[in-house]
Amino acid sequence: MVQAKAPFGVDAPGRASVGKRTLRTDRWWYQPNATAVLLTIWVAYATVRVFWRQYYFAAEYDYLSPFTSPCVSASCAPGSSSLGVWFGTFPVFLPYAIITLVFLLGFRTTCYYYRKAYYRAFARTPSACAVPEPHKRYHGETRFPLIIQNAHRYFFYVAVLISLVNTYDVIHSLFHGIGLGTLIMAANVVLLWAYTLGCHACRHAIGGQLRHFSKHPLRYKMWKGVSKLTNKHMQFTGTTLGTLMFTDWYVWMLSAKVFADPFYIHF
Amino acid sequence: MGQPTITRHSSDILIIGAGGAGLRAAIAAREAGKTVTIVCKSLFGKAHTVMAEGGMAAAMGNVNPHDNWQVHFRDTMRGGKFMSHPRMAELHAKESPMRVWELETYGALFDRTPEGKISQRNFGGHEYPRLAHVGDRTGLELIRTLQQKVTSLQQDDKKATGDAESGIKVFAETTIIRLLMRDGRIGGAFGYQRATGDFFSFTAAAVIIATGGLGKTFKVTSNSWESTGDGLAIALRAGATAINMEFVQFHPTGMMWPPSVRGVLVTESVRGDGGVLRNSEGKRFMFNYVPEVFRNQYATTEEEGDRWYTDPDHNKRPPELLPRDEVARAINAEVKAGRGSPHGGVFLDIGSRRSEEFIRRRLPSMYHQFKQLADVDITKEPMEVGPTGHYAMGGLEVDPDTQATNIPGMFCAGEASGGLHGSNRLGGNSLSDLAVFGKRAGDAAVAFVDEHGHQTPRFSDDELQAYAQEALEPFRHAGDPGYENAYDIHRALQEMMFSLVGIIRTEDEMRQALAELDKLDERAKKLKAEGPIAFNPGWHLCFDVQNMLLLGRCIANAALLRQESRGGHTRNDFPTMDPEWRRTLLECSLDGDTVKVVRIPGPKVAPELMALFDRHELEKYFTEEEIDEAEAANRAGGAAVAMGEGE
Amino acid sequence: MGYTAHFRVWRGDANGGGLVDYDVEVNPGEVVLDVIHRIQAEQAGDLAVRWNCKAGKCGSCSMEINGYPRLACMTRMSIYRQDEIINVTPMRTFPVIKDLVTDVSFNFEKLLSIPAFAPPPGLQPGEYRMQQEDVERSQEFRKCIECFLCQDVCHVIRDHEENKKQFAGPRMFIRLAELDMHPLDVADREIAAQEDFGLGFCNITKCCTEVCPAGIKITDNAIIPMKERVVDRKYDPLPFWRRRRRVEERASAQ
Repeated sequence: MVQAKAPFGVDAPGRASVGKRTLRTDRWWYQPNATAVLLTIWVAYATVRVFWRQYYFAAEYDYLSPFTSPCVSASCAPGSSSLGVWFGTFPVFLPYAIITLVFLLGFRTTCYYYRKAYYRAFARTPSACAVPEPHKRYHGETRFPLIIQNAHRYFFYVAVLISLVNTYDVIHSLFHGIGLGTLIMAANVVLLWAYTLGCHACRHAIGGQLRHFSKHPLRYKMWKGVSKLTNKHMQFTGTTLGTLMFTDWYVWMLSAKVFADPFYIHF
Repeated sequence: MGQPTITRHSSDILIIGAGGAGLRAAIAAREAGKTVTIVCKSLFGKAHTVMAEGGMAAAMGNVNPHDNWQVHFRDTMRGGKFMSHPRMAELHAKESPMRVWELETYGALFDRTPEGKISQRNFGGHEYPRLAHVGDRTGLELIRTLQQKVTSLQQDDKKATGDAESGIKVFAETTIIRLLMRDGRIGGAFGYQRATGDFFSFTAAAVIIATGGLGKTFKVTSNSWESTGDGLAIALRAGATAINMEFVQFHPTGMMWPPSVRGVLVTESVRGDGGVLRNSEGKRFMFNYVPEVFRNQYATTEEEGDRWYTDPDHNKRPPELLPRDEVARAINAEVKAGRGSPHGGVFLDIGSRRSEEFIRRRLPSMYHQFKQLADVDITKEPMEVGPTGHYAMGGLEVDPDTQATNIPGMFCAGEASGGLHGSNRLGGNSLSDLAVFGKRAGDAAVAFVDEHGHQTPRFSDDELQAYAQEALEPFRHAGDPGYENAYDIHRALQEMMFSLVGIIRTEDEMRQALAELDKLDERAKKLKAEGPIAFNPGWHLCFDVQNMLLLGRCIANAALLRQESRGGHTRNDFPTMDPEWRRTLLECSLDGDTVKVVRIPGPKVAPELMALFDRHELEKYFTEEEIDEAEAANRAGGAAVAMGEGE
Repeated sequence: MGYTAHFRVWRGDANGGGLVDYDVEVNPGEVVLDVIHRIQAEQAGDLAVRWNCKAGKCGSCSMEINGYPRLACMTRMSIYRQDEIINVTPMRTFPVIKDLVTDVSFNFEKLLSIPAFAPPPGLQPGEYRMQQEDVERSQEFRKCIECFLCQDVCHVIRDHEENKKQFAGPRMFIRLAELDMHPLDVADREIAAQEDFGLGFCNITKCCTEVCPAGIKITDNAIIPMKERVVDRKYDPLPFWRRRRRVEERASAQ
């Protein structure tokens, strides 16, 4: 078909005919590929862990994996349902934290920075700056399904609630005792808050939407605080993936009795 | 070459140059209902105005309520060593606040005071904080604002007529190479589009020259490539006159290193915000260079100078903030005395005096400029700076109220016009100059068209073809080894002008310069251009070089004649100011092909304006006879207005 | 000290062209534009290049150096290895005129399509009162030097010529954001940002921010906030947000 071969993009008629699609000589392909690999590993790990439904709760220490929090069904391990039992037993294909996982996934998927990461890594629109994308047509986020990205703020609202639950998990475990696991869980929660509150939807809601900061001094102050987190949002997207995974792994190890929590002090 | 096509375009008013002055004139003309053509050498919005950094001087009194037009007028006159055209300085001081406020209605966003007014900053030679500014990128704000206002007028025209270009049409990247004259009156201009090499004639009932300066005549300059004095040169060839050409401002602080950026401006705001100049011994040498005439207005100790930044009402300003000519000469002297920096300048230090946060907020583009171009972190290390060609005080001789030149229908505003800044321009006065006199030129052109009619003259095809053929001459010698490319001549001219007609001048050097110019003129008769006509910089430069050669001659001739030192003209063989020379202007014009520089009497300072100064100060600049005459006039008029409140 | 660099400069016009080799002297501290000028003065007098201030303030010398959009006057030669071949091409999103010069009129047409600043009716010059914290956001966007590198790098139009009709580009989005955040502007620009200027095409991959020589945080401070404002007005089903934004608009009109 003639149309398929018609030059497009940087080869469009009228533009300088360079011959090569890109003249970049640096390792521009490294970052998107590394992102793709890391995200794939993470998704694979998380999928296994949430469907596995084992080793998510270290009862000895009252540590609950963030991947399973809150555990509120009758299937949950004894002692893990600190928020109560709201549902009956879950069928085997349903992760215990299904109600939060949907929103967590949604929050991260619609996050502006994750969008950048997976658009570059997977959709290749584009994979790096001034490197042509492979697609013939592009509509961005103007149509279904990507128009759903505009719902980011709703995921943010729920993400705040989930962060509260995660915080509660740490506090709850403190009634039991304190150990390295507590610190790991606490660090994870602090970073999760930093990630959640630095969200662009939060920045907008707190003050970004205002036209006159001078008429809202308190919100201006909060906006400036949130903006500082937003500046580091990129870093928090990465580190929280790591800490989530690490916290879960740590609970897994304790729960499977591979090793014990060092320096643990029972209250 | 065959017969090139020539496209004809016609409008009420033609504006050559799209910097601050040209755009402000265009806005005035369009708002009065006239059709306007703007022709500029660069893309729209790239004119040299964009490089102004410090601010726009206007006595709004937002920061210090004592400020008013009289104080601004006095500062301008003192800065220009009383050579400034008094009427222009008066109009400028009176009208600049309104021109600044107007910009806000176009969408400009200046930095603010706590009360929400426009913030104003200190600058060399200004008694009070006076410069409206946006960080250190005020020129960008001015040009962008005016550009956006022009765009908004075009949007209005589009609503009314369906065609956005029906009222204002911009010909970007188009060079004017000559003015079209008919019966001693201006009729338009002739030029070519750079991208294609296609020729254009722009006929108009009135023409405004707003082409800026001639900095590219000098090797070390802060000016962009456009500043080749085109407007001045074509106007001189059409019979206009230029004054004050000997006064060239060398900005004291240009970058010194690396060589490729030598001359790039380091804004005066660095000093206004606390930066000081030191020599290789670490000494603040400016205290040794306060001239007699400024002795009472500047601090004598470092402690007092430092206190001034926070308490200006009770302390005198540090001498680093003397007018630019004084600072440039001082730096020159230090370097000559062997106390310079490694690359032949002096040190400008703000890193040791202000916090990193302060510097990055107040001087963001300076921070980046040094970081990116010189690998210097100005928050930690001092900058190396030295004088750089910056501004031509001289320009076309114009009527102070209307900016009209001696050619009927031709007006001139901005750096291309002469008079306002006298022998030395104060920092911040150029942006306000553009707005004040750009508007005045626009208004006057409108009045001229109203009075003389919209009719534009018709120039015959033969006449225009002859101009085109003349312009194409360099292509006829492509490949001819007996002919030269314009780059070599330009480089030779720049080096010669900077070393011989630069900051410090002597009679011998001027004569030598004129001899060199003769040689260069000869070489420039044999210019060639290689390659196709479309976007051919080698061809474009042929015109620029011819223009700069002409202006270089005006400068050198005038510098030879003026046997005194004043502002931007320093003669080693005549190191002092002479009151007789104060009232003498040097007027440059063309007599056939010959550059002619003659003495003409300068404008008188009106007695009521004289009364703004005390006699003691006037005695340093004026002859006894002039002062007595003014005092007598004031007594007779009973108008010894006590505006010159005590100093 | 000085060395000889190997440059490959794109020469040609809309009808065709290609990379041409030049060996050229480079001195310490020089930027790519210096080298281009040397080629021009010594080897190719008709080499077309657009430039002006040579200080990173005017945004004229936009081009692509080793495939990356840059200002030639702010690109130091020291970031390249001395034995590296340096490819210089014009911006590849716009039609080429000649050599390194492109026709950027697309951007000026888009600028013309954005409704101008609309001050409150009746407010006289000199009466404007604005607080520093209220102008700061817009001031950031007014740092734009209109080099159009962000427009050049944006894949929405770089890779899809057909999107040029519906998509205004990052430079226009910061202009819209500037006016929408201007403390005294009374026009409504949010719905238009999405419907007329194609904000929805942007997938925030941040290349505009990466290449901006003025250091403007285009994505974080302009595009994303504008997207959130569009959500307020267009997508968020909760009437609370829509009402809030209308109240804001009215308040600013006073």
